[in-house]
Amino acid sequence: MIIPKLALKNVLGAGLRTWLNVFVLSLSFVLIIFSQGLLHGMNKQAEEAMIASEIGGGQYQHPAYDAYDPLTLKDGHGPVPAALAARADAGAAAPVLVIQGTIYPQGRLIAVQVKGIDPAQTILNIPTAFLAAPRGGDEIPVLIGERMADLSGLRAGDTVTLQWRDAHGTFDARDAVVVQVMKTSVQSVDRGQVWVPLDRLRELAGMPGEASFVVLAQGGARPGDADAAGWRFRGQDDFLADIRAMVESKSVGSSIFYAILLALAMLAIFDTQVLAIFHRRREMGTMMALGFTRAKIIGLFTLEGLLNGVLAALVAAAYGIPLLSWIARTGWALPGDTDSYGFAIGERLFPSYSVGLVAGTTLLVLLATAVVSFLPTRRIARLRPTDALRGRMT
Amino acid sequence: MTDTPLIVTTDLTKTYPMGLSTIAALAGVNLSFEKGEFAGLVGPSGSGKTTLLNIIGSLDAPSSGSASVMGHRIESLTHKEAARLRNRHIGFIFQTFNLLPVYTVYENVEFALLLLGLPPAERRRKVMAALEWVHLADRAKSKPAQLSGGQSQRVAIARAIVKEPDIILADEPTANLDAENSHNILQTMAGLNAELQTTFIFATHDFKVMQYLRRTIMLVDGLVDADQWADSRPGAGGSGGRP
Repeated sequence: MIIPKLALKNVLGAGLRTWLNVFVLSLSFVLIIFSQGLLHGMNKQAEEAMIASEIGGGQYQHPAYDAYDPLTLKDGHGPVPAALAARADAGAAAPVLVIQGTIYPQGRLIAVQVKGIDPAQTILNIPTAFLAAPRGGDEIPVLIGERMADLSGLRAGDTVTLQWRDAHGTFDARDAVVVQVMKTSVQSVDRGQVWVPLDRLRELAGMPGEASFVVLAQGGARPGDADAAGWRFRGQDDFLADIRAMVESKSVGSSIFYAILLALAMLAIFDTQVLAIFHRRREMGTMMALGFTRAKIIGLFTLEGLLNGVLAALVAAAYGIPLLSWIARTGWALPGDTDSYGFAIGERLFPSYSVGLVAGTTLLVLLATAVVSFLPTRRIARLRPTDALRGRMT
Repeated sequence: MTDTPLIVTTDLTKTYPMGLSTIAALAGVNLSFEKGEFAGLVGPSGSGKTTLLNIIGSLDAPSSGSASVMGHRIESLTHKEAARLRNRHIGFIFQTFNLLPVYTVYENVEFALLLLGLPPAERRRKVMAALEWVHLADRAKSKPAQLSGGQSQRVAIARAIVKEPDIILADEPTANLDAENSHNILQTMAGLNAELQTTFIFATHDFKVMQYLRRTIMLVDGLVDADQWADSRPGAGGSGGRP
């Protein structure tokens, strides 16, 4: 216990030099945890938004339906299997029918996916209740997202011609009225899509009782595959694999930032250790004369460096916990063009700090501090006591 | 006095490389020291005083010949064994005091005891006793920067004597002190020598120190030029002087 006590005494006794180092290192702690927290928060936020608005507890999809291939829409629908229909009736699932269509806003032509959904559903975080509002006339109520509204120039209350092709291949068209423009961070329920009441779409398309996929409620047990009549189940992990891969690729850039911060902090420790060894040669010589072995002196100096890291962690906790907690509560405002990221992250990003992130970062910084503290002290092993006492390097 | 000398050097040489040639700091020194001696190595700069002191203190190793300190052959000691010998048996006093700046007077003196594994209560007793010896008990909480040169050297003496070593090696202990402080320090060391029978060996060219020495060994060019006793000769003297 002698060496740790001496190391602590030396570190605290060094005064301003120690506290400058500790402050720089603590900044690295806080910035590394903040940047990683942002990335985790972005990932978490995007996943939560996609689950809430698109994925639910997973989807049963018609065998011919592929959300990424518009050519499959023509055949990618069929009668909802009885087990899934029963769930939908019980409010534990939401069937969605998807067909290809076209809208003609202000004389322009825009290809869209027409998605039919039960206005009373509560499985997805989409304001479908607007589709149920009673309206006069034969116009089809449609719900669109802000991106779609920007693309088409449509606003709530506007009327637009909607054209589609029914089950027999016949083109039909009718006026549709935009009942609501919804605000959502999930592009995949917004861009290029119009939402209409499910029963109305089934009727217009000649596809009674049919759907392209059925979204399950979160947390419920999924029916057995035998009850799904060949419909393919895609769980949350299947849907989120793409976004996780995207976050993974973005984390490479974040890792570079992480490495630069860590390197700067380590450089400060390394410089301090080199200077300490240079300036404290006579002190080392005195210790050797008093009977300290070289190994003990190396241990002492390495521990002094490591203690800088420990103190930095404590200082970082003192101002970092309130600061990062505040940012986690209020969020981090993002610029307006975040849609180009391809993420569902909204206007504010809320960092997420896990215990693993904080503990992992702390351990990594302390480990790196120990290594860079040790490296310069190896010179002590070559130091002759007589040279050290004269203040010379061997 | 015992029959076996505490320190014996035999044909001790120490050479240093100097460009393409070598320079001999010690050129074959034969000396022995008994327990309780108050001896000094004197001579001009470069005569080998500090080199001999360093080898006796196991801070350096001879190039050839042999140095035996309390039965330990310095030339064959490992780093660890040399450190253990210094820790248990040898105290050092340096010209520049070499106090550790971040520690208090008390902690500087206690530093010498830390590796001995003594319980804290015993450490405290020994430290306070050493500080009483050098009349600095009231400055125990001061930092070295708050002390005068004389006080600093007295702290260094307390640090050297606190573990009650068999040998104290003092390299120019009065070089940075005025006359009054020098005499105070020397009286303190002479008192310790008389009371504890600690062997003192000085390296000095200060006449004030020489007045206190009971044995004066003159080194010139790495050889013993003269080995004189101030009064009655208490033990074996030196040999190997200049022919």
